[in-house]
Amino acid sequence: MTDSALPMTAAMANRAPRKLVLNEKRVRSRYAAERRFRAYGIAAIAFGLFFLAWLFVTLVVQGYGALQQSKMRLDVNLDAATLAPGGKVDDTTLRAADYTALLRTALRDTLGVGSDRAQRREAYALLSNGADNELRRIVMADPTLIGKTVPVWVSASADVDTLIKGQIARDLPENQRRLKDRQIAWVDKLVADNRLKKRFNGALFVNGASSDPEQAGMGVAIIGSMYMMLVVLLTALPVGVAAAVYLEEFAARNRWTDLIEVNINNLAAVPSIVFGLLGLAIFLNFFGMPRSAPVVGGLVLSLMTLPVVIIATRASIKAVPPSIREAALGVGASKMQVITHHVLPLALPGILTGTIIGMARALGETAPLLLIGMVAFVVAYPATPFDPATALPVQIYMWAGAPERSFVERTSAAILILLAFLIVMNAAAVLLRRRFERRW
Amino acid sequence: MNTVAIKPVAATAGAASGNHAPKVVSQGVKVFYGEKEALHGVDLDINEREVTALIGPSGCGKSTYLRCLNRMNDVVEGCRVEGSIKIDGDDIYDRRIDVVQLRARVGMVFQKPNPFPKSIYENVAYGPRIHGIAQGKNELDEIVESSLTRAGLWKEVKDRLDKPGTGLSGGQQQRLCIARAIAVSPEVILMDEPCSALDPIATARIEELIDELRENYTIVIVTHSMQQAARVSQRTAFFHLGDLVEYGDTSQIFTNPKEERTQAYITGRFG
Repeated sequence: MTDSALPMTAAMANRAPRKLVLNEKRVRSRYAAERRFRAYGIAAIAFGLFFLAWLFVTLVVQGYGALQQSKMRLDVNLDAATLAPGGKVDDTTLRAADYTALLRTALRDTLGVGSDRAQRREAYALLSNGADNELRRIVMADPTLIGKTVPVWVSASADVDTLIKGQIARDLPENQRRLKDRQIAWVDKLVADNRLKKRFNGALFVNGASSDPEQAGMGVAIIGSMYMMLVVLLTALPVGVAAAVYLEEFAARNRWTDLIEVNINNLAAVPSIVFGLLGLAIFLNFFGMPRSAPVVGGLVLSLMTLPVVIIATRASIKAVPPSIREAALGVGASKMQVITHHVLPLALPGILTGTIIGMARALGETAPLLLIGMVAFVVAYPATPFDPATALPVQIYMWAGAPERSFVERTSAAILILLAFLIVMNAAAVLLRRRFERRW
Repeated sequence: MNTVAIKPVAATAGAASGNHAPKVVSQGVKVFYGEKEALHGVDLDINEREVTALIGPSGCGKSTYLRCLNRMNDVVEGCRVEGSIKIDGDDIYDRRIDVVQLRARVGMVFQKPNPFPKSIYENVAYGPRIHGIAQGKNELDEIVESSLTRAGLWKEVKDRLDKPGTGLSGGQQQRLCIARAIAVSPEVILMDEPCSALDPIATARIEELIDELRENYTIVIVTHSMQQAARVSQRTAFFHLGDLVEYGDTSQIFTNPKEERTQAYITGRFG
């Protein structure tokens, strides 16, 4: 590079050689700027993590208690005359028998309550309203117990439960408390006798709806949500993949396909409540499908998941390198064989990841379900997706609105369970991606 | 074309043409990408059981022409082919032609080795399987073995047929792709710069292989390397700017080109 090269300007020519030692002011300020830039990022992450930690700590602290329920051990005389009058032991009589009376007798004997009606009423209030169901289940499972006196653990009422868990203050004036002094004394006595303690609360996971917090569970919600996920999987995945394959592999690029593409992206951005209204108008009003049914909820959620599946599938199909298609075409594979033998198998991990993430989003979706009657008080398990049920997020919504103190911890527990499902699904998506992702 | 008889397989390396009948006859082949005309009417006869090299600078249309021969251009959107290409007298752009059958007869090896992300065995067995060539597992095994043997890869991979084809070296992958192409018993093999992604040793190996395959197959190879064209081919076609400039025996093209442009290209004055 001599004279023939571009002429150097005077400034360039006269410049002192650069020093490599870092003492220039400009260099120092550049370093400081870089450090600040990194600090902003760290601060942003810390901000997010702080609230996440807060959320989890709050949920665990509040929801942990719901895993246990105060139960009372009563020695119940399973009197044959009450349970099976005339010696008839069959399901009908056993189902209709008066278990409450047996429990109350046992409770009176345990506490030494006489015939005073006020006392009796206060004593009975210690028992859960659903305790008779628990006893009925025990007896019907083993009718040979009839005629014997057996110790059974039945749920205490929610008031007792909150007292045991220390969620209500004992030192309030008596008229501001749900439990009176005498009842508290009984509770203390039962605890001292080892007849009243906290045991694992299986009802939380298996029971249906109940207005008594100690009997309320998420069984129906879990089954309802599972049915809905099944419906979403069976509709959104095949429809989404078929649509994506057509758009990606067969459709000509023209104004119509552009329009469809734009609208698929728009569909992904439609607020979920609108899908709920759509479901209400189409599935319930037009097609006359049953209210509160998981199949309808699932169809509505499928509409929401569909664009996610289509977009994920198209992206995965696009990521399959053209060289693989050419290779397959080159040995004489037909277009369909190229797609089914090569493109789809290679795109499958991406498709499944997208589907799972879409389903996880659908699992947590509440708004559209409110409009199709999934906010329902359902006690019995739905046998099919056409029977009334509720869903996990809806159950949380309903419990969060319930006034009883005991529903607070149950709400937190329900949120934890929903989050557990979501974390499992997202982890599955991440694992799938890690395991099968292919780099070209 | 009605005089085609079965020719004895007796060509010696570098032999002059004349004793080989044309396998592929093209007349006035024009290719359009949208409005742009990429090939301006190519007349080219490709002889049976010979290697025909297509050379020329980038963008001259040699790959485009090659891809017409198995209708690979069909999948390119907006691509249109005019003129006629006949293989054994059948116009391959006739409406009644089944592209799948055509591609089984005219195999292709690509620039970048592109084995399927499946086992070595599956790579070779795929073609015979989809065309229903093999009756039963034993026959399929035989096809896989003979294809890999012909591609000079059998000894290297016979103990790891169930390992992924993508785990082989570049040269081995390309030979696997050749084995995959010949597994469906094609008559013509198209090679689109098959050595451009390989090192010199792997390239030499592939060139040897091409020379061996010439006994049984009609080979058309696109190459950027004039040395390669000179080494492996019997006939050479020089393309420039979408025209077939000169076509003749390789020895003649490289020693005594008739056209000035050919002369300029092979002596490295452009391209």
